Amino acid sequence: MSILIDKDTKVICQGFTGKQGTFHSQQALDYGTKLVGGVTPERGGETHLGLPVFNTVQDAVNDTGATASVIYVPPFYAADAILEAVDAGIQLIVCITEGIPILQMLRVKAAMAGTGALLIGPNCPGVITPGACKIGIMPGHIHRPGSIGIVSRSGTLTYESVHQTTAQGLGQSTCVGIGGDPIHGMNFVDVLSRFQADDQTKGIVMVGEIGGGEEEDAAEYIKAHVTKPVVAYIAGQTAPPGKRMGHAGAIVTGGKGTAEGKVAALKAAGIEVVSSPTDIGVAMKRCL
Amino acid sequence: MNIHEYQAKQLFLHYAIPAPDGKQAASPEGAEQVAKELGGESWVVKAQVHAGGRGKVGGVKLAKSPAEVAGFSRDMLGKRLVTKQTGAEGLPINSVLIEKTYPIKRELYLSVLVDRGSQRIIFIASAAGGMDIETVAHETPEQIITVPVHPAAGLQGYQCRKVAYALGLKGAQIKALGKIMQGLYDLFLAKDASQIEINPLIETDSGELMALDAKINFDDNAVEAHPDIRAMKDPAQEDEKENKAQQFGLNYITLEGNIGCMVNGAGLAMATMDLVKLKGGQPANFLDVGGGTSVEKVCEAFKLILSDHSVKAVLVNIFGGIVQCDIIAAGILAAVEQVHVAVPVVVRLEGTNAEQGRALLSNTGLNLYAADDLAHAAEQVVALAKEAA
Repeated sequence: MSILIDKDTKVICQGFTGKQGTFHSQQALDYGTKLVGGVTPERGGETHLGLPVFNTVQDAVNDTGATASVIYVPPFYAADAILEAVDAGIQLIVCITEGIPILQMLRVKAAMAGTGALLIGPNCPGVITPGACKIGIMPGHIHRPGSIGIVSRSGTLTYESVHQTTAQGLGQSTCVGIGGDPIHGMNFVDVLSRFQADDQTKGIVMVGEIGGGEEEDAAEYIKAHVTKPVVAYIAGQTAPPGKRMGHAGAIVTGGKGTAEGKVAALKAAGIEVVSSPTDIGVAMKRCL
Repeated sequence: MNIHEYQAKQLFLHYAIPAPDGKQAASPEGAEQVAKELGGESWVVKAQVHAGGRGKVGGVKLAKSPAEVAGFSRDMLGKRLVTKQTGAEGLPINSVLIEKTYPIKRELYLSVLVDRGSQRIIFIASAAGGMDIETVAHETPEQIITVPVHPAAGLQGYQCRKVAYALGLKGAQIKALGKIMQGLYDLFLAKDASQIEINPLIETDSGELMALDAKINFDDNAVEAHPDIRAMKDPAQEDEKENKAQQFGLNYITLEGNIGCMVNGAGLAMATMDLVKLKGGQPANFLDVGGGTSVEKVCEAFKLILSDHSVKAVLVNIFGGIVQCDIIAAGILAAVEQVHVAVPVVVRLEGTNAEQGRALLSNTGLNLYAADDLAHAAEQVVALAKEAA
């Protein structure tokens, strides 16, 4: 088994008929994702990429039975889209959108509390179970079905980890990009706990970066609860303090969220931390 | 996005947060005039730059006459101020803020920001104002009080009273602090701030509370929705190359090394810098060309890197997912046509259309090195930079 999604997961796309939504929906269909329709207000009743378009997420859920949604709407509309999906009972919401104002995400998170819906992202590549279901913008062809669970705050470093674990012949169970924003949905611990419970996953790659304290939380969690081998890499060891390194969440402020602090916390928890991003695959293979 | 202290205090005025009487000026004559208009017997002249630590390096002066105000302003204006928060180059002083002085009884600290851990807006307060708050938090954490605000409930009266009592305030000051905190909270929400800091918040001899300093940062993702805030942007306070990068939708940050880096994705860009360092080199910049990039964007990115004259070699590291490697290669070639490239360039292309990209870059007669392995690419660029230095 994989985590979060499998070959039967029914997915809809919010922002379906837009440029991004169209391009990535076609890619998902080509990959074999069970994409069953999409939502664009005022376009309900149309057909797009051979699939039905709905005015609301509720209409789409009622008609298709979708349980997952992927969001490709512009940043100032994304909070609305996430909450619409929650309201319609979508269980897994994957928000790709980059650039959502932080105060909007603050309200979204507070509104989601207690609903049971899971949010991945925003500002993330999405989630993929190789050979079964791809929800997001990652290039499908680099993945292979296999035994490594990957969780990362960075899109391209997820690809790098996928590439290396594929090259080592390990393949991936599920890869989750949790996103580069300071306030986001599922965190490292949420994903790690699922990898620990998943039979298919034999080893875990965790890619963190400067900013916040989630890697430190993950270190504590792994020490207490994860028995599978974990290889970690932390990006941003050379980043100057006070500068936002591309991701809104990748910033060292007031001496907090440094790479050294995260590496030290992970090492103290007995986790294999590689200092070069090119050693992730080799280290994972060695640890199995 | 940052703004100047005088701009922050203008915003405070709209939200009924008391600050000293004052006005900014861009000339010594203007500063002298402001002092005369304000009246009183002494004035503070404060250099307006986007950095803290001004007092220690002559950026804040106490003047005893309007003539002295003019003199201090003349000393500051047109100069660059180097503080521990600026680089070695410092920041240009293009205006000064002239304020009346007030007898200070105590210096307090008050700030409001988004806390990632609790996913709440929180207030941080301390009776140990006027100091670096991180130092206070580190050395005497018991002197710090924090109050998280639930987004649905908003700031409550009891939370303000809690802070007020912890700061040792009494009587009318309790209400006054409540008004200041509510003003800060309203301002924070209305303008999408990411941090507002008052350090120090002073208690005057007569018991009034007043924001002696003011620092506001805004959420870059939200500034587009606030034209009034955007209009306060002062490009002179920002790195020229970083400003230029922004215009082209590039994420660029100037660093102090000599190896230029062009990468797709923020995480991979950081990792590439780290790898350069690990192999014994020093990155000259952080540069994320982003997803969905075009030949033009890559070309501008490349020109930006080369405009830094300390760059002795360039490392291009692309993991093509959505980004296609052949587009990156075409962008590099376009840049090479437009500007003279004297430094060696190591290119690692992986993923979508990598072979086409490599083919475009080979046999060009240029100083290009194709690497298919990231570790080797980093070693190679470090060696080339050392040769050239």
